Amino acid sequence: MTIQRAVAQRILGSRTLAALTSPHGVDRYLELVNPMWAATEVRATVVDVVRETDDAAAPVATIRLQPTHTWRGHRAGQYVQVGVEVPGARRTTRCFSISSAESGPGEPFTITVRAHEEGLVSKYLVREAQPGLVVHLSQAEGEFTLTESPATPTNNHLLMISGGSGITPVMSQLRTLLRDGYDGKAGRRVTFLHYARSREDQIFAEELQRIAWADNGVTVHLRYGDDVFTEEGLRRLVPEYRDTDTWACGPAGMMELVLEAYAESPRLRTEYFKLGTRSLAAGEGSPEGDLAFTTSGKSAPNNGAPILEQAEALGLTPEFGCRMGICLTCTSRKSEGTVRNVLTGEESALPDEDIRICVSAPVGDCVIEI
Amino acid sequence: MTTTHINAKLTPEQLKAFGEEMDTIRQRILADLGEEDAAYIRGVVDKQRKLEVAGRALMYLPPAWPVAVAALSLSKILDNMEIGHNVMHGQYDWMGDPGLNSRMYEWDNVCPSDQWKYSHNYIHHTFTNILGKDRDIGYGILRMDEEQPWHPYYLGNPLYAFLLMVFFEWGVAMHDLEVENIVKGTRKLEENAALHQGIMRKVRRQALKDYVLFPALTGPLFPLTLTGNAIANLTRNIWAYNIIFCGHFPSGAETFSEEECLDEDGPDGKQESRGHWYYRQVLGSANISGGPLFHVLSGNLSHQIEHHLFPDLPARRYPEISAEIREICERYGLEYTTGPLRKQVGSVVKKICRLALPGRKAPTGHPEDAPVVDVTPAAA
Repeated sequence: MTIQRAVAQRILGSRTLAALTSPHGVDRYLELVNPMWAATEVRATVVDVVRETDDAAAPVATIRLQPTHTWRGHRAGQYVQVGVEVPGARRTTRCFSISSAESGPGEPFTITVRAHEEGLVSKYLVREAQPGLVVHLSQAEGEFTLTESPATPTNNHLLMISGGSGITPVMSQLRTLLRDGYDGKAGRRVTFLHYARSREDQIFAEELQRIAWADNGVTVHLRYGDDVFTEEGLRRLVPEYRDTDTWACGPAGMMELVLEAYAESPRLRTEYFKLGTRSLAAGEGSPEGDLAFTTSGKSAPNNGAPILEQAEALGLTPEFGCRMGICLTCTSRKSEGTVRNVLTGEESALPDEDIRICVSAPVGDCVIEI
Repeated sequence: MTTTHINAKLTPEQLKAFGEEMDTIRQRILADLGEEDAAYIRGVVDKQRKLEVAGRALMYLPPAWPVAVAALSLSKILDNMEIGHNVMHGQYDWMGDPGLNSRMYEWDNVCPSDQWKYSHNYIHHTFTNILGKDRDIGYGILRMDEEQPWHPYYLGNPLYAFLLMVFFEWGVAMHDLEVENIVKGTRKLEENAALHQGIMRKVRRQALKDYVLFPALTGPLFPLTLTGNAIANLTRNIWAYNIIFCGHFPSGAETFSEEECLDEDGPDGKQESRGHWYYRQVLGSANISGGPLFHVLSGNLSHQIEHHLFPDLPARRYPEISAEIREICERYGLEYTTGPLRKQVGSVVKKICRLALPGRKAPTGHPEDAPVVDVTPAAA
């Protein structure tokens, strides 16, 4: 960072400035001058949008972002929350795994996004985003990270299993290993196993081909169409997979099979993408769906009553006020699932949504952060 | 003698229909929220921040001191009313912007926003004008309703009202401490410990900013700047107090007992029907008439009736539905209380002075209080 940058950061982050701009904070004033000036918040401008695959229904693009200097960098495998003002002036935030190699503070990075039909943000980013667009970011988050670097002298075999857009975090890990001098000469190996719907759907096809052909310790195995993940397929490739450090990321169906195959082995690390409701193991589901409260760890079959009442029936004591949907005291976060507003009948299936639990009833499975 | 409009007593069917008409308006506005509303609030915020910066900057130029104070006063008024009050009602939560989110917004006065949201969004808006439940009736220190038993303490009603006006942000900050209940003995001092911490934290930050740091930054102009900042806070206090007191106290605004509001059977016993809730909000509130600039500066609390019907709809929408609401009220025989600022303030002042003394009940428009008309046939 340049000296001017360092001094600016010192001043912008100072307690005096925070006291002078109390209660709103420095960022609320800076953003009026230039949205790329920030003291604590993180934003980024889109540098470019590059199409990876041209599937008309669900194209994939890599978006390069230049963040504000408040970006603290990321470790390979982490994700970032990206907030975009979609038409209708609603800022919607979704999580995306970072696809580029590890970045340092203030450095650019990329996310690789598939434009889903129901994906407000993904569609906007892939189809509409132009260079210069400002997006809102969180700091990098997530525990799905490499536990070793080329510098650590182990002879570890690293196994990466991914499906569809789950390739993004493990691609970040692979790119980091190769960029930082991992060349397999010390006897270390990487097995990169990926499942795509078809050859045309393969993201990073060229790059993976180059990696496969280069003289490094990385073997790349790409499977298409009906050649889906099976335990035998994995065992043939890596017989000792349960004792191999593995990073797996993909759609719910594939992840269930991976979890089954690994049978609670501590060497497996997983990352889930929230696409639709997670399916329950056979025999566990109830016809109306299940209502799960993640913070307290309680859950019960859904009986159709407002979430506040169902929580209280389980012995939980969430905050509440008017119990009629106007005072906002009971606002809680729904991680996933569909809810119906008991006053208006309106339904909403958005992930990570703040809802008023006194007037929201679950429709099917629901996960609430209470 | 002023004739008091007696509000119609509505049957359960009428209340239900009334409620449905209100629900329809609410749904229509909710479905229409979008770019214009977002652009509007961002515009107000932009002006408020610029007024604030201008006010702070002009304090460095003694000849421009009155302009500095005016700019700072306006910025504090906008932050308190059109922005703060409305944002904290969740009116702009749909935008997904953390800077305009009710859960995170903190406003530029000594009252901690989480405490205010409890006593305002929950207590005041749920139990509006129900004596014994809505603590905004008198704020624990004034007698603002005939049903409040008189006590010699209330001889000081006008004085307490004046002091509350001058120190309004402090009164609001202390509201949740329920001092009147501590005095009565129904609340223990220990219950306030956590609230106390939050209040002191906010007070420290505000006092440091307005009365130490910004004055100190102007060097030798310290006393002038401190006075300027104090006057800006005072101006906001006086303005906010008057607008807020005109919301539920002018004649025409009715109060209710708890029992009369439990008008339908529910799963846990008697409860208030949705229609009656809307009905109580209309009768318990009063509007102030004025031009567009007045409405913005009042945070659209000049449309108190519309605000109480739809607290979580963006306040800029209230003027556009006011004619419709008024028409519905007329059809159901309900008074739509409104008047220019001086008339409403005058009405409130009269009430404060009248209730300082014990005495005859003044006529109200409440249907329960309608005088029994003695129908004697005319002499043949």
